[in-house]
Amino acid sequence: MDFDLTDEQRLLKDSVEKMLADAYDFEARKRIVASGQGFSPEIWASFAELGLLGLPFAEEHGGFGAGPVETMIVMEAFGGALVVEPYLATVILGGGLVRHAGSPAQQSAILPAVAAGERRLAFAHAERQARYDLFDVETAARRDGDGWTINGRKGLVLGGDTADTLVVSARTAGASRDRHGIGLFVVDADAPGVARRGYPTQDGARAAEITLENVRVEAGAVLGDPAGALPVIERVVEEAIAALCAEAVGAMESALASTVEYLKTRQQFGTPIGAFQALQHRAADMLVALEQARSMALFATMMAGAADPRERRAAISGAKVQVGRSARFIGQQAIQLHGGVGMTMEFRIGHVFKRLTMIDTLFGDADHHLALAAEAGGLINA
Amino acid sequence: MDLRLTDEELAFRDEVRAFFRQALPAGIRGRLEAGHHPTRDDIVTWQRILNAEGWAVPHWPVEWGGTGWSPVKQYIFMEEMQMAPAPQPLQFGVSMVGPVIYTFGSEAQKRRFLPRIANIDDWWCQGFSEPGAGSDLASLKTRAERQGDVYVVNGQKTWTTLAQHADWIFCLVRTDPAAKKQMGISFLLIDMKTPGITVRPIQTIDGGCEVNEVFFDDVRVPAENLVGEENKGWDYAKFLLGNERVGIARVGVSKERIRRIKQLAAIEQAGGRPLIEDRRFREKLAAVEIELKALEITQMRVVAAEGKRAPGKPDPASSVLKIKGSELQQATTELLMDVIGPYALPYDPHEEGANEEPILEDWAATIAPSYFNNRKVSIYGGSNEIQKNIIAKAVLGL
Repeated sequence: MDFDLTDEQRLLKDSVEKMLADAYDFEARKRIVASGQGFSPEIWASFAELGLLGLPFAEEHGGFGAGPVETMIVMEAFGGALVVEPYLATVILGGGLVRHAGSPAQQSAILPAVAAGERRLAFAHAERQARYDLFDVETAARRDGDGWTINGRKGLVLGGDTADTLVVSARTAGASRDRHGIGLFVVDADAPGVARRGYPTQDGARAAEITLENVRVEAGAVLGDPAGALPVIERVVEEAIAALCAEAVGAMESALASTVEYLKTRQQFGTPIGAFQALQHRAADMLVALEQARSMALFATMMAGAADPRERRAAISGAKVQVGRSARFIGQQAIQLHGGVGMTMEFRIGHVFKRLTMIDTLFGDADHHLALAAEAGGLINA
Repeated sequence: MDLRLTDEELAFRDEVRAFFRQALPAGIRGRLEAGHHPTRDDIVTWQRILNAEGWAVPHWPVEWGGTGWSPVKQYIFMEEMQMAPAPQPLQFGVSMVGPVIYTFGSEAQKRRFLPRIANIDDWWCQGFSEPGAGSDLASLKTRAERQGDVYVVNGQKTWTTLAQHADWIFCLVRTDPAAKKQMGISFLLIDMKTPGITVRPIQTIDGGCEVNEVFFDDVRVPAENLVGEENKGWDYAKFLLGNERVGIARVGVSKERIRRIKQLAAIEQAGGRPLIEDRRFREKLAAVEIELKALEITQMRVVAAEGKRAPGKPDPASSVLKIKGSELQQATTELLMDVIGPYALPYDPHEEGANEEPILEDWAATIAPSYFNNRKVSIYGGSNEIQKNIIAKAVLGL
């Protein structure tokens, strides 16, 4: 058992944190959000330069072959700085699907460009009726000569409005809630029949609702088994959940630090309000919630690659429950303890709160994952 | 970074587990599995088995019987013991007064007391709380007046756990009434057989009598039983309480209780099927399991960092362990109440050898008392509200 980072990991952490400290303060973030693009080309270029965009990819694809701990380090730093760039969408989701399901030719065609910062990806999967069920897919792909024709609607596609390439899930067989019969298709975002409606999200990032109307792709666009993609989707979503847990820890840490700072400086009744026990205990409860979430984010990081799917699912769901609950609690307490200024768009803490709130809903909220963890038989095998 | 145990740690866990399986007497295991408190004899028997193996006091310095294990191995040992389930070694000796003596005591005190603690030849109890000094421990009034080569002690201690069995009590006493609160307190070791000591049991809401009041009436204590320096007792007490919080999460105890909850919920019927198949119950249980898993990792993080801290300086994060650990001990006893349902109702302090049949199965009869009893865990060892004060000050700097 060892909780220490290696020298290389420490270096990665320091360089990401330094880059964000230099270029990603709250004012800089405001400008990026206001640009309506969902990302800053300069920041994206620095991510590429630092090697972050190819972090988990193989060296032959311009990557570093790094593992979940490295992703955790980057995501935690992003959470602390409230980074809005579509890193999760491009590297973890899109890149993850290509990495796990793609053929060597597909990987060589896509991943080096992603690592170089020249191509952004998005995963067009969720549908309005599916809520959090990954297997609920109605969008359909029909064989069409050598290739496929895709029809359907996708929603909440993170980074979907500015992505160059979409990975689209579509049903090739079975009924809309069958586990079998789902395929993954690489689709050019500008392909004929793809209509994207982009919009800002509550937390300052961007997403898109996407309609696919008779979108024609070649046989080579299929990632892996055209009817058996669900396991790889689940695996990549599990990796995304582990990454989000780390991001949430960074954001929660930032919320607590900001709150403690405010308690020390804000004066009422002739004294810093941090002298009041009612407020001290709220802050202490926030720390307990943060430490519990940090432990489960570590657990998710460790278990994201575990071989046994039942064990892995229980662990990831357990982590999402803990992180979701801690994130809601810490976010709400942070606003309460900041008082009126916490309610203003101008002040940073409200934006931390909004990101934390959205992380809980992404890929299943605490209630959803509690049901999954219970179904998997819990986490304590005593 | 790797949260898994190393091969060496796994081998150690297997060795410890195998030893517990083979060495723990079946009668003791059965009583603990059914939710009973270990008896005095259970605790003594088990401590002597451990001592014969050289495992009585793993966390002590090697010269006094410690094993030299890493903090991780010590943690594994403790957790395996809780899950066996074996009686917890008497904390007042091995985890409280023992470390105070080997850290601050005289050579004579070390030689006299430490081997007897390891073998539980002396049963120790803790004389800290008083009727007027609970969370505000430093306001204690029990007076020790130096007269030649003795201290004369007058006053009263309370909530003294298992004092009915005790040979010795370690006490915080006021030696300088003129000094400010914390400054005039000393740490005194007192033989319970000394004339002038009276022990009166207090019955708690579970029906048991594990705590007592202890009265001191002109009790003459040899001055050589003072630990360290006069009026420095508060420093030793803080050291002791910091140590106490590390072990207080009792993750292994809660894990063992989860095992019991699952086992019993597979037997108890609700709506014509085993309770464990009820979705709502399973989700309630899973929620507790998730928090417990998180606490286990938090505990391991504190343990792993321990090797890097200055000795004798507990991590302020141990207050997090105390808060969450106590909440989860309570949550698991509460889940057991949910399992037994309406049959929590009978109050059946069945005495051995009684003529009448007990009303409930043995395992069922302990559930409600255990729930009532465990309300104490968020009160003792510095109440959870005191822990939050500590976090606010020592961790957050408020």
